[in-house]
Amino acid sequence: MKDRKNALKTFRTSDIFIEVVLILLAMLFLLPITWMLTSSLKTPEQLTNYKQLFQFPITFRAYAEGWKGGRFLTYIKNSVTIAGLCVTGTLISCSLAAFGFAKFNVRGKNILFMVVLSTMMVPTTVTLIPMYLFYGKLHWLNTFIPLTLPSFFASSTYNIFLLRQFFSGLPNDLSEAARIDGAGWFRVYAQIYMPNAKPALLVVLINQLVFCWNDYMAPLIYLGKPAKFTIALGLNAFKGEQGATMDVGPLMAMAFITILPVLILYLFCQKYFVEGVAATGIKG
Amino acid sequence: MQTKKKKRKNKDTRYFWLFILPWVIGFLSFTLFPMVYSFVVSFTNWNGQNMRDFIGLKNFIQIFTKDRTFWSSLKITFKYILISVPLNTVFAIFLAVLLNKHLPGRNLFRGIFYLPTICSGVAMYITWAYLLNGTNGYVNVLLGFLGVEGHNWLGDVKTALPSILFMEMFNIGTAMTIVLAGLQDVPTDYYEAARLDGASSFQQFFQITFPLITPVVFFNVLMAIIKGLQIFTQPYVMTQGGPAQSTFVYGLYLYNTAFSYGKFGYASALAWVLFVIIIIITMVVMRSSSLWVFYREEVD
Repeated sequence: MKDRKNALKTFRTSDIFIEVVLILLAMLFLLPITWMLTSSLKTPEQLTNYKQLFQFPITFRAYAEGWKGGRFLTYIKNSVTIAGLCVTGTLISCSLAAFGFAKFNVRGKNILFMVVLSTMMVPTTVTLIPMYLFYGKLHWLNTFIPLTLPSFFASSTYNIFLLRQFFSGLPNDLSEAARIDGAGWFRVYAQIYMPNAKPALLVVLINQLVFCWNDYMAPLIYLGKPAKFTIALGLNAFKGEQGATMDVGPLMAMAFITILPVLILYLFCQKYFVEGVAATGIKG
Repeated sequence: MQTKKKKRKNKDTRYFWLFILPWVIGFLSFTLFPMVYSFVVSFTNWNGQNMRDFIGLKNFIQIFTKDRTFWSSLKITFKYILISVPLNTVFAIFLAVLLNKHLPGRNLFRGIFYLPTICSGVAMYITWAYLLNGTNGYVNVLLGFLGVEGHNWLGDVKTALPSILFMEMFNIGTAMTIVLAGLQDVPTDYYEAARLDGASSFQQFFQITFPLITPVVFFNVLMAIIKGLQIFTQPYVMTQGGPAQSTFVYGLYLYNTAFSYGKFGYASALAWVLFVIIIIITMVVMRSSSLWVFYREEVD
């Protein structure tokens, strides 16, 4: 409230100019999603009049056509399964590793943490080719194992880093009191640190969920059967089938369904999206 | 007493390893082992079926002396990061500075500018491909309002890569947020002092704001370079590397070599070349950091 008062007091012509720039930029940033949504609500005839962004009346026929056969339901189920497992694995394994790096003073710890960070430099393709061959040998291609198993072994460096920053920031007295009372380290981790780290864990959850939902290269390589496709793979396959048709309605309808869960998550948890980014950026 | 402390310490060491055990197993089996394996494979002519024959440095010699696609895809990838990294960094700082003024609707704008970043993925790339379409794309409609002639942006050798660069300018949410958080970290009395000395807003930005946010910018630039060198999904979905290979980036070449042609030996060599390039660039950027990155601790 105080901020707003100050803002009004010192409002100058340059500020009006900046405000106009911000509004124009915001419209441009919203253009793709707006166009996607409006195109999905048009009849094929309305779509031929491509110069008009908004047209009425709206219709949901494109959603019905795109959804037909229910395969997008399969894709959504697959994506939800994969994302759910990935998030669970990441929350458990990354928080364990982060706790270890944050709370113990062991010789060689810092060097080891440098190793953790340096894995960010390894291009995915270096490990992807051998892993593809191994998974093939184990008959794990076209299953969700290659996409979910690594997350149970703290494969997400970024999230280890983020949680370690958070755990380091929590006061040591927390654990010392419990240790004196005879609590083991795992109890200290599970009953004291984890409950206190809820905001950070939520950031990790969101990070990982959005990452899994949007990921394309790994599912493309590991999943070849349409019945196992994630929604991102399914959408691109759907685009291929639609070919050069002028009726982009069904494709845009399914594209909108693809981004809708992330969009809803963002609307409700915007704070955590931003906080995660800020935390790693600054302290990094 | 001494021994008791030591005992405690030993026990703690054991717990440290227990806690990081999942990471250790993951690192060994999903990172280190495949790395070693792909390194070994890069010295073979393995194509998925044939026996693996060690052919020494042949793959690497081929890559550097005879492989024109290697050089052209590397050139396109470098072009991409050389333009996108500075462009997006400047744009992100620009947006962050605008948002740092306490203007009405600030949080709403921040939310909107961050939106394309979280939705970036196949759905958005497909949408952009239609928006940039030559016959009925909405980008051309908008340009028509401004009196600019339409163009088949993704279908022209000259404009396909710039179109992808343009699209990626909307995915600067992460960088913008990091810089904005950095800006809010700058003590306000610095500005008050500068204003008393009669410094203009431009001077204030380049002499106070920018130096103080360089650590934040640095981290971001490094990550953007590493990510940019591996760009794959955008051209794969939007142009398949075309037209006339003008968007055929290194990631696409690597993917095709391994997964379309099954040349795993050669592809592993390509992947390791990319890894070495990333290491070299990271080292150069780290070295250069002492020249332009300013840590506040140094003066405090």
